[in-house]
Amino acid sequence: MQNNNDTQWMLWEVFTQEKPGAPFEHAGSLRAPDKELALLNARDVYSRRNEAINIWVVPADAITASTPDDEGPFFDPSNDKAYRHPNFYKTPAGIKQI
Amino acid sequence: MTKQHALTDFCLQLGDTALIHGQRLGELCGHAPILEEDIALTNISLDLIGQARIMLAYAGKLEGQNRDEDQLAFHRDAWLFRNVLMAELPNGDFGFTIGKIFFLSIYMKHLYRLLSQAKDETIKAFAEKSLKEVVYHARHASDWVIRLGDGTVESHQRMQNTMDDLSLYTDDLFETTDAEAYLVKENIIPGLAEIKKAWMDDVISVLNEAKLTLPAANSFLRKGGKRGLHTEHLGHILAEMQFLPRAYPDAKW
Repeated sequence: MQNNNDTQWMLWEVFTQEKPGAPFEHAGSLRAPDKELALLNARDVYSRRNEAINIWVVPADAITASTPDDEGPFFDPSNDKAYRHPNFYKTPAGIKQI
Repeated sequence: MTKQHALTDFCLQLGDTALIHGQRLGELCGHAPILEEDIALTNISLDLIGQARIMLAYAGKLEGQNRDEDQLAFHRDAWLFRNVLMAELPNGDFGFTIGKIFFLSIYMKHLYRLLSQAKDETIKAFAEKSLKEVVYHARHASDWVIRLGDGTVESHQRMQNTMDDLSLYTDDLFETTDAEAYLVKENIIPGLAEIKKAWMDDVISVLNEAKLTLPAANSFLRKGGKRGLHTEHLGHILAEMQFLPRAYPDAKW
């Protein structure tokens, strides 16, 4: 919803990747007037100490998220079905990133 | 002039410009227009203080009078500072602060690029390390110059005023000191004459995009920072920066 009294810049969500091949993780959010400055701000706010080698910035309103109300129907059904979980395999030695 | 004198003086030029530029930006900690920019400006400031530390430590070693980087930063008077004048100018409005970072970082970028080929190993290593930092400062400042210059009527006007005001101090960046001339002649550092054109090309390319102009050559250009001839602003910034270490010389924190 547009609030005309809101003089703040657009809200962006920031995702950072720590090393090649690693998943991008949500680092936090920030405000910026456009995507280039959002990227520069993200670098300064969330990767000041070499935390990232790659950064994504996404307009916050472009993200569709589940809500707390979804908790039951969305996530519960998997809990009581052990066969959904990969608990019955041995992980080969030397496999990383699992 | 001996090699030792020339090298010491040149390292003070590099170190003092970084120190005073960094100290000015540090004043904005907690005062920038928005949180994100506050962090960005203080990041830039910290990069610069790090650069100053390397060069002042080296200058102290070259000088051979047992002075470390803190002694040189906090126990020297204004006329002994060798920084370029633009670094000591007060921050002004946000556009002026950005304009200073813009001109200085593009200058430092080309200076460090050339010094990466210096014969002196410490200067070479310093330039290679610091180049990455100032390239980022230039990118950050250029992005803002474009947005403010090509922004609202007011932001454009303020940014143009910045260009007009700062143009008094741009020639000071390119003044060749005796120390520089000596080091170039002795082949210790490469010739620095090409910096001005490279700087101008970069500046003009951003200003065109930002719909800003540099005023035609001014009749009165301030120079002399690298020779110790400073504006009235340096004394004030040193008073604030040096008060504590001078009042309590053995204080530890």
